[in-house]
Order: sequence, then structure tokens, then C-alpha cells
Amino acid sequence: MSTVKPVTRPGDPVRYRVPGQAAEPRFPVVSLRGAGVRVGDRTLWSGVELDVGAGEFVAVLGPNGVGKSTLVKMLLGILPPAAGEVRVLGEAPGRAGQRIGYLPQRRSFDASLRIRGIDIVRLGLDGDRWGVPLPVPARFSARRRAARDRIAEVVELVGASAYAHRPIGECSGGEQQRLLIAQALVRDPELLLLDEPLDSLDLSHQGAVAALIGRICREAGVSVVMVAHDVNPILPWLDRVVYIAEGGAVAGRPQEVITTETLSRLYGVPVEVLRTSDGRLVVVGQPEAPAVHTDRHAEGGKP
Amino acid sequence: MNWADASAGWSWNPVTDLQQIWAFPFMVNAFRAGTVVAVLAAVMGWFMVLRRQSFAGHTLAVVSFPGAAFATLLGIGAGFGYFAFCVGGALVIAAIPRAGQGGSGQESALTGTVQAFLLACGFLFVALYKGFLGGVNSLLFGSFLGITTLQVAVLTIVAAAALGALTVIGRPLLFASVDENVATGRGVPVRALSVVFLVLLGTATAEASQITGTLLVFALLVMPAAAAQQLTARPALSLALSVLIALAVTWTGLIAAYYSPYPIGFYVTTFAFSVYVLARATRALNTAVGRHRFAGAGAGAGAGAVA
Ligand SMILES: Nc1ncnc2c1ncn2[C@@H]1O[C@H](COP(=O)(O)OP(=O)(O)OP(=O)(O)O)[C@@H](O)[C@H]1O
Ligand SMILES: [Mg+2]
Repeated sequence: MSTVKPVTRPGDPVRYRVPGQAAEPRFPVVSLRGAGVRVGDRTLWSGVELDVGAGEFVAVLGPNGVGKSTLVKMLLGILPPAAGEVRVLGEAPGRAGQRIGYLPQRRSFDASLRIRGIDIVRLGLDGDRWGVPLPVPARFSARRRAARDRIAEVVELVGASAYAHRPIGECSGGEQQRLLIAQALVRDPELLLLDEPLDSLDLSHQGAVAALIGRICREAGVSVVMVAHDVNPILPWLDRVVYIAEGGAVAGRPQEVITTETLSRLYGVPVEVLRTSDGRLVVVGQPEAPAVHTDRHAEGGKP
Repeated sequence: MNWADASAGWSWNPVTDLQQIWAFPFMVNAFRAGTVVAVLAAVMGWFMVLRRQSFAGHTLAVVSFPGAAFATLLGIGAGFGYFAFCVGGALVIAAIPRAGQGGSGQESALTGTVQAFLLACGFLFVALYKGFLGGVNSLLFGSFLGITTLQVAVLTIVAAAALGALTVIGRPLLFASVDENVATGRGVPVRALSVVFLVLLGTATAEASQITGTLLVFALLVMPAAAAQQLTARPALSLALSVLIALAVTWTGLIAAYYSPYPIGFYVTTFAFSVYVLARATRALNTAVGRHRFAGAGAGAGAGAVA
């Protein structure tokens, strides 16, 4: 119990280093100091302290409607923090958008949208550039060749080559999700903000995509902040979890935070954490429907 | 109205036919204006279809009618009315939050309300301007008669400016259109782009209204783009196809209208509709053939398409 530091206490930042990276001190990729956020006139959470180091894999957990996606949006600079200080890649949120890969929460493209998956990935590469590309064949332009190769590379990486040339609206939800992960990766980001990336993937694909993200985090040293509802697929790569509940948040290593005492205290109701023989965590009595949930809640639709 | 009387009729020799048509300066102007308008409308329409803002486009088209009627009532050129009302309408729609997107809910109800009111105003202006009634038909269903060289020049300059602006914002606009959240995260000014696009769409609508009439603007704004998007999912190719289709239906529409007593809007719409139906049929056929081939070739077909 004493090892879990409640991040709601101001001036007491929690820092965890990835083993092996402790030697070289890096400035945090994401740092929140007493941060709070409001939507409308409602404060979702406040007094959150968080540091994400380079190459760390952090999961954001919590019940529906508690403000996980809102946290991600705040890191992107779409929503201003209501209180406290927020730094992302050493700058104010929104300033470093070029170096961030973002995957928004479950969105599916309209079935009638006539744009290929590969075009969606390409927009992740240069979609924010003004002007239109000159219709020069790739043969004559080194830049176009480089772009084409990079796109092919990430599409291959997420295993979407077979359907990347189909209109995205005709791809299944899971196929779209993979292409969107490729889009988030295409610019070699330093920070990945992934909002429920495993959503709408079947179990084996969940494992594969989690392993892919874990590998990118470990091998390329990319920091990952992933919103999830189930920690189990990402448990092997997880450095830290942030549990958001009504009002505040608790951060720490998974085995310290996802415990019967911490979660019971956070939610104010008895919650039991069980560990299966293969190391999986099962949270019982969590005030959240475990599997099915909807994307957007009506105002005030808190658990 | 029947120009067939003044001419030798359709000879099935395209060269002599075109020579004959272009012997009249007003027909040359009609072709020039039609070409300019077709290109502009096809490009803006392509983005409009992609952004699912057809309802906004329809509203702007309807708004151009009272604009033209009001300008005529004031005794100034109808062209001013088209541009003023369409661009003004675009700014109003842009000010209603999310009215452009999806066309659902409260916002589209509000847009529709304003649209109906302005349409009614248009008829009031027409009624106030007695003796103007003969012109209503051409305002609503288009006319290619009496386009002056000055008008062609104005249409060309405005279209060039609009296309120039679109060239600058093209790629971020595409990004914001298909993937708003990610574009916002990347720092693309999604909201500002949406306003700029609506103004450009208003400009295109004002131009197209002057050829096809306000009720048939969609013939050039929606149908070529929708047909092109049926035929291919490659953005650059489908944009180019959209322009080609718009040019083809405008030219054939002008020729058909020259040789017959019916309004040009009818022909352009009918031809564009035929192209759309053909495009859908082609796609359905392709899908069926593709499925057949896929069943034969096995899973290798999918991987082959990528290489
Ligand atoms: N634009 C908005 N205007 C008003 N309220 C909003 C807006 N966006 C989100 N909210 C509210 O803020 C709260 C948090 O939303 P958020 O999307 O961050 O939840 P979440 O933790 O990601 O939930 P989930 O697990 O369902 O994705 C919700 O109660 C939601 O209704
Ligand atoms: Mg969410």
C-alpha cells in the first residue's frame, strides 16, 4: 500500500524509470503538474501529477465517461487544461503535434467513403502540409519515392498490405483500426497517444497489435500513452498505469495500482483484484461494464 | 427560343456542327462560361461530396435565387446578387455550429428553415418586380443566352481565384474532411478550413447557378463528383474524372440545348444523371467480376493488388 503514491497529492511527482534507462536522465515526454480539466462547467478530474519518460509504456484505465479521452485530447492541445501545468515533449500542448502519433477513440469510416486506406495513411504523413502535391511520377521525385516507401513500410508493419488499396469504408472495423495505427506511426512519432487501439479487434489481433505497439515502444524508444479497458493484452509491456476515477487519479506500476486496496479506495466501493495462474489480472466488482460500452455518453452519464 | 430555325440543324458531323454553333458570339461565350463553371463546380463539388455537405450546397443554391431576384429588382446585374447571397449564405452556415457536417439534427433544421424563408423571399422579389416573370424560368432552370464577354471575364477571374485558394488549402482540407480528429491533433486549423471551404463552395454555387439555374446546380456540383467517386477511390484520379465528366455534360448540354427548344439545365442534368447511373452500374459490374475472379484466383489476388 505504501508503495503506491497517489498522484493527487500536489508537489509529489511520481517518477518511474524503465529498467535500463535509469542511467541517462531524460526529461519527461509528458508531464502534468496539478493538472485538471473541465468540460462545460463540470470538472472531470483535477490535481493530477504524471510524468511519462522517454520509451515508457503507460496505460490509462478507468470507467466510462471519467475523462480518459479528454486527457488524451488535453495532451494534444485540443482542450486547454483548466488548472495546473502540462508539458508535452518539452512544449505546451499542441505545439509538438508533428512529433505525436494520435489514434482517436473508435471511429469507423462511413461505408460510402471512397478513399483508399493507403490515402488515409498518407494523410498522416503529409496531410497537414499546405498546397497540393504536384502530379509528378514517383520515378522523378525522390521525395515521393521516400513517402511511398515509408507508407508501404508501416502498412506492412501493421499487416494491412492485403487491404490497404481498398476503399477504407469497405474495410472491416478491425482492418480500419490497423490502417489507423499505421497512420499514427507513419511519421516516426516520439510519443504515441492511442485511445483504445485494441477496441474492435478480436483476441488474437489484440495480442498481435499490443505486441506491435510494445515492440515499437521498446525498440524505437517511443513513449506510449494508451487508453485501455483491459490491461491484460498489454501487461507484458506495461511500465505504468494511470487509473482515473471520479475526481482524481492514481499512477504507479501495474502490480501496485491494480490491487484490491488501491482500486477499492479509488472507487469507494469494494473491488477485488484476482490474479489467474497465467498472471492475468481480473478486476471484480469494478463499477464499469467490463466488455460492452458505448463510445459517447450522454451528459452526466457517469457510472 | 428555338435556334433550330436559325440553323441548318444537327448534321452528325461534329466539326461542321461546332463551326456552325460557334459562328454565334453568344454561343462562344456560353461555351467559355460553361467550361469555367464546369471546372470550378466539379472541383468544389468533389470536396463537398467527400465532406457530406451536400445539404449546405443545396441551401447555397436555393439562396442564390432570391439573390438574383433581389439584384434584378434593384436594377443591378443578377451576377452581383448570386455572389452576394451565396457567399453571405456560406458565412451564415459557417456560423451555425456543425451545420455543414452530416446535415442532421437541430443545425440542419435551422439551415432548412432559413433556406425555405429565403426561397419565399425570392418569389416575393419576383412578384414585386412586375414583368420579370419570364425570367423566373431561366433563374430556376438555367439559360445560356445573352452571356456577355464581361460576364465570362468575371466568371473566369472569380473561378481562378477560388481554385487558387483551393490549391493552397487542398491537402489539409482533404485531411480535415476525412479525418477531423487526427487533423486537429496535427494542428490543422479544421474550423477555419471549414469556413473557407464554405465560402469557396458559395462562390462555385453562385457561378453554377448562372448556367444551370438555381434548382439544377447539383447537376454540376454533385453528379460529376459522385459519379467519379463511384469509379475510383484514388483521390487525384477521381478529382480529374469529376472535372472531365462536368466538362462533357456541360458541352453536350450546350449543344443539345442549341438544337432544341428546352432549357439547358434539363440537358445538363439528364446527361450528368446518365453518367452517374452508368458509373454505379460499372462499379457494380466491377465488384461482381472482381468477386468472380477472386473466387478463382484465391487469396493471392489481394496481395497482388498491393505490389
Ligand atoms: N464536447 C463535450 N462536451 C460536453 N461534454 C463532453 C464533451 N466531450 C466529453 N464530454 C463528457 O466528458 C466526460 C468524459 O468523456 P471522455 O470521452 O473523456 O470519457 P472516457 O473516459 O474516454 O470514456 P470511455 O471509456 O467511454 O471512452 C463524459 O461524461 C462526456 O459526456
Ligand atoms: Mg474515451
